Amino acid sequence: MPEHKELERIASQVRRDVLRMVHGAKGGHPGGALGCAELFVLLYFKIMKHNPAKFSMDAIGEDVFILSNGHISAGLYSTLARAGYFPVKELATHRKINSRLQGHPTPHAHLEGVRIASGSLGQGLSVGIGAAQAKKLNNDNTNVYVLMGDGEQQEGQVWEAVMYAAHHKVDNLIAFIDYNGQQIDGPLKEVMDLGDLGLKYKAFGWEVIEVIGHEFNVLDDAILEAHKVTGKPTVILMKTNMGHGVDFMAGTHKWHGVAPNDDELKNALGQLEETLGDY
Amino acid sequence: MKKYTFTEKKDTRSGFGDAMTELGKTNPNVVALCADLTGSLKLEKFQQLYPARFFQVGIAEANMISIAAGLTIGGKIPFTSTFANFSTGRVYDQIRQSVAYSEKNVKICASHAGLTLGEDGATHQILEDLGLMKMLPGMVVINPCDYNQTKAATKAIAEYVGPVYLRFGRPAIPVFTDADQKFEIGKAWMVNEGKDVSIFATGHMVWEAIKAGEILAEKGIDAEIINIHTIKPLDEKAILDSVKKTGCAVSAEEHNILGGLGESIARTLGVNLPSPIEFVGTKDTFGESGTPDQLMEKYGLTANDIVAASLKAIERKSK
Repeated sequence: MPEHKELERIASQVRRDVLRMVHGAKGGHPGGALGCAELFVLLYFKIMKHNPAKFSMDAIGEDVFILSNGHISAGLYSTLARAGYFPVKELATHRKINSRLQGHPTPHAHLEGVRIASGSLGQGLSVGIGAAQAKKLNNDNTNVYVLMGDGEQQEGQVWEAVMYAAHHKVDNLIAFIDYNGQQIDGPLKEVMDLGDLGLKYKAFGWEVIEVIGHEFNVLDDAILEAHKVTGKPTVILMKTNMGHGVDFMAGTHKWHGVAPNDDELKNALGQLEETLGDY
Repeated sequence: MKKYTFTEKKDTRSGFGDAMTELGKTNPNVVALCADLTGSLKLEKFQQLYPARFFQVGIAEANMISIAAGLTIGGKIPFTSTFANFSTGRVYDQIRQSVAYSEKNVKICASHAGLTLGEDGATHQILEDLGLMKMLPGMVVINPCDYNQTKAATKAIAEYVGPVYLRFGRPAIPVFTDADQKFEIGKAWMVNEGKDVSIFATGHMVWEAIKAGEILAEKGIDAEIINIHTIKPLDEKAILDSVKKTGCAVSAEEHNILGGLGESIARTLGVNLPSPIEFVGTKDTFGESGTPDQLMEKYGLTANDIVAASLKAIERKSK
């Protein structure tokens, strides 16, 4: 098992990849991808049972990860490549013509590691529930992890899925919410306040764990705790900082969907150690 | 005109339900999802015999479609079931992203399609679903014509790998196709060979086309009747071979003439063999409450309407 120190080094490289990918494409969504780097790395380099060398759509005997907020694809792509699903140099094609690394992820592009298309928000939790119930039918005791955005909680379908998962006791599913409090038009509280999100999930019958999303040990412990929950699904509310790791991008919605220019990229990369070699 | 008879009337949705019961036994990967309409979709037996493979979703169709997409990750073959309106328009984006674009092996099974839903009125009588679904890349679209064909189609789509939209209906209608038929996706069925006009009919309109063929025969007109049960992929060869012979076409569908089977046929003819074509279908309108027979008559979906369209198409040939 890799130490958290090692995971931090990988996360630094993932952040570099994200910045270089959106810079190279002159567009994309760096803010959320930077904010979820710890979760991506923790899942793919420590928690999940998976086989990057031989990707299988059915995932029999393997954990499944579903990215519901598909716009933070750069973070997922970098993590998948660094974990060995496809060549790291392919990251350079993100958002460009003839690429498997579409703006939003899709199995239509036949990229190893991607099992569902996402981008239109609110669908990933339902998809994860289906994958989790298929595992139960298959007597497969691996897990399904779903990441959603916090703004995405405004979609009605999310709550259809939340109700269903509790009713059907889908306890082999762990949902994460990237709770950075920002959405495109501004702070969530101003655009559409979620109220007490944890209490809402509790009222629907879920186990709720609230953590800081940038500390590996805290996040790791939360997932271990979630694994012990039976008879109901668990949601981990990750308090995150959008744009985390780059001082001028952190804590604002300004970098939700904007790429850095040459100077901004240089500044940002100066704050993140190149640990695994840039692509 | 070939003689077609029937000994009983049955609803096409029962063909779906009975096939699902059989599939439950023969294919362990088949699972069913339903949005609070188990009785209407005739899935009680499947639910009773295979409870672990039946997922009650409640009144949450968007959730149902995306869960179905997730179930395919793990090798399941999910059949979603609700009324046609809630199977398509209500959940179009879920189908588009989670099923079609994601290339998932989901079977979207839709009952109570069209005007023949009857008294509940236009909120439930979708007449736009074939168009919506045929526009999705990779989606197979099937609208069988009676109980036996619906049963055969249901079993056939379980074998096919890829997303499918299967449309059927509520009323009891004549059972006139073979009980032991083999259903071939994308292969039109020659109902009656003729030389004067090609009538291409789908779903409930096939029986009306047969009745129309009999009326036309009395007038000395030899109509070719072809059942297009698969709207997509369209059997273009069958259409072109027929119109090469007859010189004109009529489409008949319980659907808006905009976006339905007729337009697919018109496109095929326009590109390959420009010929007169007339359209029997609803004319860009919503339905309303009424009995199925009253509605089919008011909106121009009877054998007589097919006869009138055929005469017009034949007349246009000589101009």
